[in-house]
Amino acid sequence: MIRRATAWHVATVADTRRETASARRIELEVPTWPGNEAGAHVDVRLTAPDGYQATRSYSLASSGEGTRVTLAVDEVPTGEVSPFLVHDLRVGDRIEVHGPLGAFFIWTPAAPAAVSRPTQLIAGGSGVVPLFAMAEAHATAGDPSPLRLLVSVRTPEDLFFRRELAALTTADPQFRLDLVYTRAAPAEWPVPAGRLTAERVRDVVADASLRPRVYVCGPTPFVEAMSQWLVADGHAAEAIRTERFGGSR
Amino acid sequence: MSFITRGFGGRRSERDPRLPPGQTLVSDWPVLSAGPTPDVAEADWRFTLRTENGDHHWTADQMRALGMEDITADIHCVTHWTKLEMPWRGVSLDRIFADVDTDHAFAMAHSYGGYTTNIPLDDLLDGRSWIAFEADGEPLDPEHGGPARLLVPHLYFWKSAKWIRGLTTMPRDDPGFWEQNGYHLHGDPWQEERYW
Amino acid sequence: MISLDGSALAGALADVFGQDVSAATCRCTQCGDVGTVAATVVYATDMGMVARCRACSAILLTLVTAPGGRRWFGMPGIAAVELPG
Repeated sequence: MIRRATAWHVATVADTRRETASARRIELEVPTWPGNEAGAHVDVRLTAPDGYQATRSYSLASSGEGTRVTLAVDEVPTGEVSPFLVHDLRVGDRIEVHGPLGAFFIWTPAAPAAVSRPTQLIAGGSGVVPLFAMAEAHATAGDPSPLRLLVSVRTPEDLFFRRELAALTTADPQFRLDLVYTRAAPAEWPVPAGRLTAERVRDVVADASLRPRVYVCGPTPFVEAMSQWLVADGHAAEAIRTERFGGSR
Repeated sequence: MSFITRGFGGRRSERDPRLPPGQTLVSDWPVLSAGPTPDVAEADWRFTLRTENGDHHWTADQMRALGMEDITADIHCVTHWTKLEMPWRGVSLDRIFADVDTDHAFAMAHSYGGYTTNIPLDDLLDGRSWIAFEADGEPLDPEHGGPARLLVPHLYFWKSAKWIRGLTTMPRDDPGFWEQNGYHLHGDPWQEERYW
Repeated sequence: MISLDGSALAGALADVFGQDVSAATCRCTQCGDVGTVAATVVYATDMGMVARCRACSAILLTLVTAPGGRRWFGMPGIAAVELPG
């Protein structure tokens, strides 16, 4: 794995698009970017005219070399930073970003000759962002090991990177996507919408006997519940890497 | 060098002469904690006042029996938010110290969960502080320090220790948790005593 | 009060250590548990950031940032951190 230096960078907004009703995909051009592994995040810092600064962490949806990085920001209604990023930020604006950060919550493809363990990714809502980066990195590398992504969302409209994920299921023979809808499922969905349960997780998640590398990302209560269920099902605690999001920022 | 982010306004400031310098009026009640919310039932709550001459203990019922008062107080958080004219109910520290003797001039507040903060006795006595059981007309929510918290409204609100379990008098103004970590030893909002 | 994990500290600690220490390991002085900074239980508010041992809840490190940039860093519960190479 390449060791990448972490630094503050000036990023220019290159593109934005609506991701869901409450979220926006933002592409940044960062000329000094050293590249990043899948799973990394950045701290975004905004400065008001009176000098007041607000800093928040956002996972990167992109990985690899190059100077383009992609974020997908979900608006927290009472937040200070996310409403600005989702509604006010414009193409051409400059913001400060600190990264790449998060050396523990990263996934790298196996070395070509190595026998590698399967990967199980579990996302709660906007926790899908860094895990999408991992799934995409897996496809780009042509990694032959199995990789499964379980995403829990309230409704189909809440799923980030819907089209890209669908494309990955076609393009990457080792990629499997499992979706769980907790509030409203698509018509003719085989399973009615409802809370994710320990049983459902056991049904779709790679068995502990396969010793998968597990990554869980989402709000803290989601991550805690998943981790408990996984350990109860026999996954080693050391095999599970987690990243928790906060609520009201 | 940071530059100003186009279009980012930061926090709105409402100018009101009742606000100490640098404070902004809020209508909600933010929760700021350095750890998990302790789970203490009022029936199990104990308060200990420790001096160089011995210990004094109260249960919640015994504390309430000393005499509950209605208090209307402005509260000022060092993180810049202020709530004006909040209704509280609690027992004055004057009643708690009534039969207590100490030569010490300072006290350390101790909370369930391990939090500490230091306060001079001058800032606790003479009608300046309470052990509060109710806020906004309701029993104090655990998130806000229930079953009881120290209330010292004339100092920044980190001094109003949540989940209070006792006060220990001391001869020197030793720093509590936040005071060890950069915050001002005294914390007067009108002097903007925020940091070292 | 929602807690996070050490990922939330990665940026602030990178400003202290000059490198990302999320993957660094540390030993809790209270219970002896060894874990990564990423796995700590983090309470982050405008008062500051506090990282607690996931096993025993002892405070491992603290980071207070004042508007204007003054910073205080404390390691009350860690004797030493192994910095990633």
